Amino acid sequence: MTRRAFPLRFMAAAMCAVTLGVVAGTPSAMAQGQKVLKFIPQADLRIIDPITTTAYITRNHGYMIYDTLFATDAKFQVQPQMVDKFEISKDRLTYTFTLRDGLKFHDGTPVRSADCIASVERWSKRDALGQKMAESTEAWTAVNDKTFTLKLKKPFPLALEALAKPSSNVPFIMPERIAKTDPSTNITEPIGSGPFKFVKAEWVPGSKVVYVKNTDYVPRKEPPSWAAGGKVVKVDRVEWIYIPDSATAAAALNAGEVDWWEQMPPDLIPVLAKNKDVKVENIDPLGSMGLLRFNFMYPPFNNQKMRQAVLYALDQNDYVLGIAGSQKNGHPCYSFFTCGTPLSSEVGAEPLKGKRDFEKAKQLIKEAGYKGEKIVIIDATDQPIVHSQSLLTAEMLRKLGLNVDLQAGDWGTLITRRSSKEPIDKGGWSIFHTWLVGPDVTSPALNFAIRGSGQKAWFGWPDDPKIEELRDAWFAATDAAASKKAAEAVQMRAFDFVPYVPTAQFILPTAYRTNLSGLIIAPITLMWNVEKK
Amino acid sequence: MNATTVVAPPIAAKSVSPTWRRFRDAFRRHPTALIGGVILILMAAIAVLAPWMGTIDPQAVFPARRLKPPSAEFWFGTDMLGRDVYSRVVYGARVSLIVGLAVAALSTLLGLAIGLVTGYVRRLDAVVMRVMDGLMSIPSVLLAIALMALTKASIGNVIIAITLAEVPRVVRLIRSLVLILREQPYVEAAIAAGTTLPRILVRHVLPNIVAPLLVQGTYVCGSAMITEAILSFIGAGTPPNIPSWGNIMAEGRSLIQIAGYLILYPGICLSLTVLAVNLLGDGMRDALDPRLARRM
Amino acid sequence: MIGYIVRRLFSTVIVMAVVAFVVFSLLYLTPGDPAAIIAGDIATDEDIRRIHARLGLDDPFLVQFGRWVWSLAHGDLGTSIFTNLPVTQLIGQRIEPTVSLTLCTLVVSILVAVPLGVTAAAKAGGWLDRGVMAFSVLGFSVPVFVFAYILILTFSVELDWLPVQGYRTFHDGVWQWLRHLILPSVALGTVYVALITRMTRASMLDVLAQDYVRTAEAKGLAPEQVLIGHALKNAAIPVVTIIGVGVALLISGAIVTETVFALPGIGRLTVDAILRRDYPIIQGVTLIFSAVYVLVNLAVDLSYVLFDPRIRLT
Repeated sequence: MTRRAFPLRFMAAAMCAVTLGVVAGTPSAMAQGQKVLKFIPQADLRIIDPITTTAYITRNHGYMIYDTLFATDAKFQVQPQMVDKFEISKDRLTYTFTLRDGLKFHDGTPVRSADCIASVERWSKRDALGQKMAESTEAWTAVNDKTFTLKLKKPFPLALEALAKPSSNVPFIMPERIAKTDPSTNITEPIGSGPFKFVKAEWVPGSKVVYVKNTDYVPRKEPPSWAAGGKVVKVDRVEWIYIPDSATAAAALNAGEVDWWEQMPPDLIPVLAKNKDVKVENIDPLGSMGLLRFNFMYPPFNNQKMRQAVLYALDQNDYVLGIAGSQKNGHPCYSFFTCGTPLSSEVGAEPLKGKRDFEKAKQLIKEAGYKGEKIVIIDATDQPIVHSQSLLTAEMLRKLGLNVDLQAGDWGTLITRRSSKEPIDKGGWSIFHTWLVGPDVTSPALNFAIRGSGQKAWFGWPDDPKIEELRDAWFAATDAAASKKAAEAVQMRAFDFVPYVPTAQFILPTAYRTNLSGLIIAPITLMWNVEKK
Repeated sequence: MNATTVVAPPIAAKSVSPTWRRFRDAFRRHPTALIGGVILILMAAIAVLAPWMGTIDPQAVFPARRLKPPSAEFWFGTDMLGRDVYSRVVYGARVSLIVGLAVAALSTLLGLAIGLVTGYVRRLDAVVMRVMDGLMSIPSVLLAIALMALTKASIGNVIIAITLAEVPRVVRLIRSLVLILREQPYVEAAIAAGTTLPRILVRHVLPNIVAPLLVQGTYVCGSAMITEAILSFIGAGTPPNIPSWGNIMAEGRSLIQIAGYLILYPGICLSLTVLAVNLLGDGMRDALDPRLARRM
Repeated sequence: MIGYIVRRLFSTVIVMAVVAFVVFSLLYLTPGDPAAIIAGDIATDEDIRRIHARLGLDDPFLVQFGRWVWSLAHGDLGTSIFTNLPVTQLIGQRIEPTVSLTLCTLVVSILVAVPLGVTAAAKAGGWLDRGVMAFSVLGFSVPVFVFAYILILTFSVELDWLPVQGYRTFHDGVWQWLRHLILPSVALGTVYVALITRMTRASMLDVLAQDYVRTAEAKGLAPEQVLIGHALKNAAIPVVTIIGVGVALLISGAIVTETVFALPGIGRLTVDAILRRDYPIIQGVTLIFSAVYVLVNLAVDLSYVLFDPRIRLT
């Protein structure tokens, strides 16, 4: 190699690298005059299979490209969506469904009964309510391409509610060949029959997801209400631009580089409030519920009295402020079921609701025979909602004179560690925090955290046959009054047994440029009906 | 300067005057170094005296008084959980200084040991340098997160992760110095006279390396405090309930427009300290050995 | 020299292999389970176990490593656990922003730092020198993210001159591409400016003390001529050295810069993959980092010969 040639070659190599990159990068070429909705989602879309994961971002993606047989509306009523007509037999054992006309998948094939059956069956292997329904199911049968039946072994009053489940996992309808995938394996082909089409070639995980309007979609005639009603798309293209840093996201919205920011930290509201072209709103009627979960397998929280002590000491007002910043974006919710939904009540909530009573808590700790066992709180510092709750709980337990070890890590570590059933000194844990969106905890059926099914229960593994019994009794309830009563019984037991402690109900506001209109008020983010001027 | 030999002018190795006098002269010639030293001592004093400086528990959370701007009661305001920022900044001096000093000490000592051996034992050289290349190419973020997940977030893990990232740079420096020194006539003479290797290293090589090493150490110290902030930004830093200047800023970063004081005060402290450390380093460099030290 | 290059290239392969093994073992030891992350918050142990088994994460360490090496030998870096997209594609679509950011940062830093360093050296010991040095120290002492926010608030939000975030490819026009890179490059460049200024000043001082410079001065050349004549050449060595050191610095710096400015680059890809334990991506990216690191440093070592004939390679 000669001396002179060397830098030239180096430069050439560098240029090549750039050129290669340019070729590899996808041009965001678009026709003039198209209406493009630019949206900052709450998280980055990584998994495109709404059945393997319960991640909310994937659920929202599901609503973009898939359609559902039924949907729940703003009045908590089940409405048909893909289904045109349905019939329930007198003995409530046979359901007959007929699909609407004109339903087509994005690959051009029509939606058939076989597609719906395969999709629902895959979903029911994964979803908790789906599994419950599968226990009562005799068979799903296709009568013809547009009509199919559900035959039950015994009545399951929640069958339609299950098919209209608004949040994770939602029984989205996919083509049969895709729905045949094992429910633990991610599907790779994002093809649905929903109002938007996924543009896979422009998907840059960690940065951008692109959807275009599905011009073949035939919406229902009714006005939209949550995921029910007509899904009329009023833009040509939607770009989800993931901006991980919230200060940057606020600046981007202020500068008009994006139109809509799905969920913003309430603390940043003043930054946007100055701008008259930006509107901050709470369009989520149910919000989310924070929770403090115990590990029931080891001392000290395997002792009911210890858990009750926490009920007496924990002040939801602190958690509301810690998570939501002010009372405007959150409030205490002394119920195991989402406040603002039919089954919520404050039955049995006195220990959590009344004046905070540290003396009572200390007495309970004494009665529990606490011997200074170490309490490990696992914290995820990259999740502000988990992190602030962890700090508050640590401080509260310290005040009660307990031996607290707050172990910081990232979310990836937390959700791995919480599945460990090892004792505390071998990598186990005593407490973790998380939050669940409102629609996920509206009833004893959906609230999985309340269950006491022991080793099969959610992380923490509470074993409480009594609450399981009460939950089964709730499933059998046939009318609204009985259902409410049965739910109250479940809650009474929950406030006594304390499977977890509800910490707050909070709403993360959404923010958008004022040239947008028609945002649907719902506990899930839906992008039809949105207009951009 | 990997695998290169810089043909440098000979070094006056034997002209060792009492070190402290050189320092004194240096301070006289470099008033900035003196300023640096004073700031550093001040920061160290703050760190040591933290409990007696009108502080309250830096971990105590009071959501009801969150995000209060600086006032007579809360000198530097309060953060998003109502913790007193003044107390956190004062206690933060401890963590930041410990991280800076520990990383500086560990990486210079490790780097010195590895550098001396590789510079002298030629057979090891290529192997060790490739290992160093490898080490440098593993992102320190990956190391930090792995260590954190393996045990739990702690100051110790942060120190280890940053040290591993800094060591190769020190090794490169020491090695290049040793390569030069080895060619010096008096070292060659010592070898010819049958002096043992450890003796040569201690007698002839070490004294000539101390100066640049100290200087490098000060730079490492400054850069470690900044790296700690970056690790906190990513969420792999010091556990956030233990305040450090870096993680106070990282936690409050998104509120820069609303509560700028969350970044301002720890930022001033961090910048001042890094500045002080660097000024001291510059002064030492010029004072101790203007020739060799400049090569970094 | 050819022999030297061949030996270095050969050792590069070994370094990459060792790094790959070390990172793989590190990940294997690290308790983070992508299956738990895939399953989401509402999942039971059983769900996680099923997904875990699906991903082949139950196999012994050496089997997993062997499988990875085997596919690597076939030019396949595997597929991301989360997105099911090939790692080569994921890295491919991220290269352009990072390379653009790096080149831009280097250009910005050199343009600012070399004149600063030369000026400081020319007035060595004076107040100008001290001012420049103190200024360069500031570059070391402000975390990148703080500087980045200040830039955004000033130039994008207040003045509305430059975009807040995002990246445009070359295809969208050079001006658009450049506009989106200016703020990130300046933010990331502060550290480099500090480093290059110092190194330029130091080597300039070195050169000014050399005999041949004194000769030039004695011959009656104007100080400016001497300075500029030798400045350019001597600035070259510190600059290339910085490129070598910079590759390592770049990784942590770029992670922050790419996060704040929402640039879809390699740094961001790496952190995301680490936080989610997307093993194939972490492996692939580390491999590329080590290759780039070692090769750039080889190039740096070679370029010394070019700029300073006194240096010989051994």
